[in-house]
Amino acid sequence: MGEPTRAWPGETLTRVPFWVYQDEANYQTELRRIFEGPTWNYLCLESDVARPGEFRTTFVGEMPVIVVRGQDGAIHAFENRCAHRGALIALDDAGSVKNAFQCVYHAWSYDLRGNLIGIAFEKGSNGRGGMPPEFCKADHGPRKLRTTMLCGLVFGTLAPETPPIEEYLGSEILGRLRRVMRKPVAVLGRFTQALPNNWKLYFENVKDTYHASLLHAFFGTFRITRLTQGGGVLVSPDGAHHASYTIGVPEDAKSAAYREQGIRSELDGFRLADARLLDSVDEFDDGIQLQILTVFPNLVIQQVQNSLAVRQVLPKGLGAMELHWTYIGFADDSPELRQRRLRQANLVGPAGYVSMEDGCVGGFVQRGAVAASDEVSVVNMGGEGTDSMDTRATEASVRGFWKAYRRYMGA
Amino acid sequence: MLERVVRLNADYARVIDDDRLEDWPAFFTEKCLYKVTSADNHRRGLEVGVIYADSNGMLRDRVAALREANIYERQTYRHLIGLPAIVGAEAEVTRAETPFLVVRIMRDGTMDLFATGRYLDALVDDGGALRFRERVVVCDSGRFDTLLAIPL
Repeated sequence: MGEPTRAWPGETLTRVPFWVYQDEANYQTELRRIFEGPTWNYLCLESDVARPGEFRTTFVGEMPVIVVRGQDGAIHAFENRCAHRGALIALDDAGSVKNAFQCVYHAWSYDLRGNLIGIAFEKGSNGRGGMPPEFCKADHGPRKLRTTMLCGLVFGTLAPETPPIEEYLGSEILGRLRRVMRKPVAVLGRFTQALPNNWKLYFENVKDTYHASLLHAFFGTFRITRLTQGGGVLVSPDGAHHASYTIGVPEDAKSAAYREQGIRSELDGFRLADARLLDSVDEFDDGIQLQILTVFPNLVIQQVQNSLAVRQVLPKGLGAMELHWTYIGFADDSPELRQRRLRQANLVGPAGYVSMEDGCVGGFVQRGAVAASDEVSVVNMGGEGTDSMDTRATEASVRGFWKAYRRYMGA
Repeated sequence: MLERVVRLNADYARVIDDDRLEDWPAFFTEKCLYKVTSADNHRRGLEVGVIYADSNGMLRDRVAALREANIYERQTYRHLIGLPAIVGAEAEVTRAETPFLVVRIMRDGTMDLFATGRYLDALVDDGGALRFRERVVVCDSGRFDTLLAIPL
């Protein structure tokens, strides 16, 4: 048996080898070159760390990170790893400190920028022991991230060369993001969904406009989105980010495309007993019922009618990941709109009428292709390119993902 | 009252675990609240649920969607419901708090401890039958494995 082949099938973006979901060495390279590379990782909401000393812990890829508001009001982020023995510095999901974090193991302490400022018994005890006098605290510390804020979202990067976030996203995706995140947000709740698949399978799924009305019968049946409805997909020039949208104009009731193809999502007899679920208001005044936006490599911003959520994609090993859901509204929501958001939260999340399937379909690929590492999947709908299209019967944004992925990976 | 609540919980568990979901909405009054949330959200007063139904119709819709629209791998639950604590009794409403544990059995035989938590209930006598006017399912963990299809 020779070494397994780890080659890409040429330059085409229409074929993706299955080993990319299965190869441990490739996964480790992804963590270094993508998550810890020149990308902007979503970290938390700005409102999560509203006051000086407030912090949240999260991850960049698998690297644990502390995000904290400094005394100067700026938001800092650094690796959640003590420079001494490598223990976690902060143990809670969120909290507040005064001026410093202290590692529980040997009480080494860090200021809110992640600088090592204190070593317990640095000068020893009774003149004995302690650190050598030449030990320089400034040379030791957890890795620091550069942070940036956009519309109440906090992003971080480890690479000095990552371009400004506006440039990173491109004007089209930036405009789509600003459309939703346009006011101060209010958090309605958080859940974590553990998915039994490689992180890329979920990120591709979110970018895949082709599957939405086919896999998710609930969507199609209630005409929340169908491929025959108005809408399209925008892909950033580098392929990395996307926004897909559906325009809420009722389709021609006579449209029989789904029925003629015998597609499962056509369930004529299905009607809601309580139609308030889908009773939504056009809060963005543009007729767009649904918009799904991704920021490479770990953020999804979702508007499904009046249900808004921020989803953070966190890899947890080769074949596992977590999706961290933060359901949001706006601080100035009326009680009626808030109630609507709570009802429409049924559409999304781990038990979502139109997203439940996304929790398991990545696992179906992970399990189905387990013996196919030298085979390829086909990503050919809508041609071979990654350009924006005014239809969703395309896999342009999935190809965009692979275009960006291969560039970051040098593959 | 304690005995009535215990009996209600036993019937509730059997309906779900025996896959008689069509009978599940009848445990609730017409105007009701059924919500599945986490202890953390509950403690912080964050209102959202992974399931949030504020009418009996929404419960029936949940069952219809599971039967007709949603795709999930074949699975069953085994509920173990503990003894209720009666934590309040107003004029017509009894409040109970009851611990539960749910094992999920997948089609390939994998058994997982899927959820633990407590039911926070507001119970009323509805024409001779004890029903939930409110059942808030407070899961100890806010982390759900793969998906939550069948109600807890």
